[in-house]
Amino acid sequence: MEVKDIIKEENLAYKKTKVLTDNEMHYCPGCTHGVVHKVIAEVIEEKDIQENTIGISPVGCSVLAYNYLHIDWQEAAHGRAPALATATSRLMPDKYVFTYQGDGDLASIGAAEIIHACNRGENIVVIFINNGIYGMTGGQMAPTTLEGMPTSTSPYGRDIKLSGHPLKMTELVANLPGTTFVARHSAETAGAVRKLKKAIRKAFDNIDEKKGTSFIEVVSTCSSGWKLTPEASNTWMKENMFPFYPLGIIKDE
Amino acid sequence: MAKVKGAVVVDIEKCKGCNLCVVECPTDTLALSPNVNGKGYNYAYMESPDACIGCSNCGLVCPDSVITVYKVKLQQA
Repeated sequence: MEVKDIIKEENLAYKKTKVLTDNEMHYCPGCTHGVVHKVIAEVIEEKDIQENTIGISPVGCSVLAYNYLHIDWQEAAHGRAPALATATSRLMPDKYVFTYQGDGDLASIGAAEIIHACNRGENIVVIFINNGIYGMTGGQMAPTTLEGMPTSTSPYGRDIKLSGHPLKMTELVANLPGTTFVARHSAETAGAVRKLKKAIRKAFDNIDEKKGTSFIEVVSTCSSGWKLTPEASNTWMKENMFPFYPLGIIKDE
Repeated sequence: MAKVKGAVVVDIEKCKGCNLCVVECPTDTLALSPNVNGKGYNYAYMESPDACIGCSNCGLVCPDSVITVYKVKLQQA
């Protein structure tokens, strides 16, 4: 059978969801943001809630996420996405409100907002992209940077005595009574993407049931910041990030 | 003989040549082309189309969502 005989509408097995726009993403080649955007878009399409979803985008590489997902968006000041999401979900309780934040946004300047939003148990979904670095501003050390990991502001590796320990936000918010579903996933293989999709689906289903905050961390790569190829970044992530940030569901109530 | 046969269509101009689909392909169907697209990236293409089983793994891991996958079940001879 020739390839041209296979490429027909009735044989379609996988295609880009319509919730994603046709704009070309500005992300670097191999960036995990693209995969996570796609998974969120697929969940929104599956649940048929495109008209009722409001995303809150952070400051960071994904500040331009509104260009890629065909839903309503708000842009928060640095780290304040959970505060904006609180207001949005309280004013419009029938909407599906989610924040999409990086580790520089959520774990550093926005640490207070996220902890209090999770503690209040706001009916929102938080997607937390953790690549251990400030990607957009040039690869500086973030709160989540691993011990000994070189960045542009810690060229000899993170020194615990000088900069403290890497922050495990997911374990931290799992202790708060307001959270209902807390999980850590990754998106480097097809299997991991399927698991991530299941988790995000569950998080959006929790909004239906008004159960409280769902928090999903995605351990990600930053090939430009880490100065590795996308493939080598995935290997580095498996060898170094996964032992410190173990994957799995931490809390499911 | 394989029972299913697939085909992958890559949006060449949008592909950034990150190589993640090539790594994820279980049958070594995909490879990066020696040619470049308008942006100067070596885009992904089907190097050995006969090997494709239409598993959609490439489409799932593609960060730029440029991959469409087709799949047919073959009649047993």
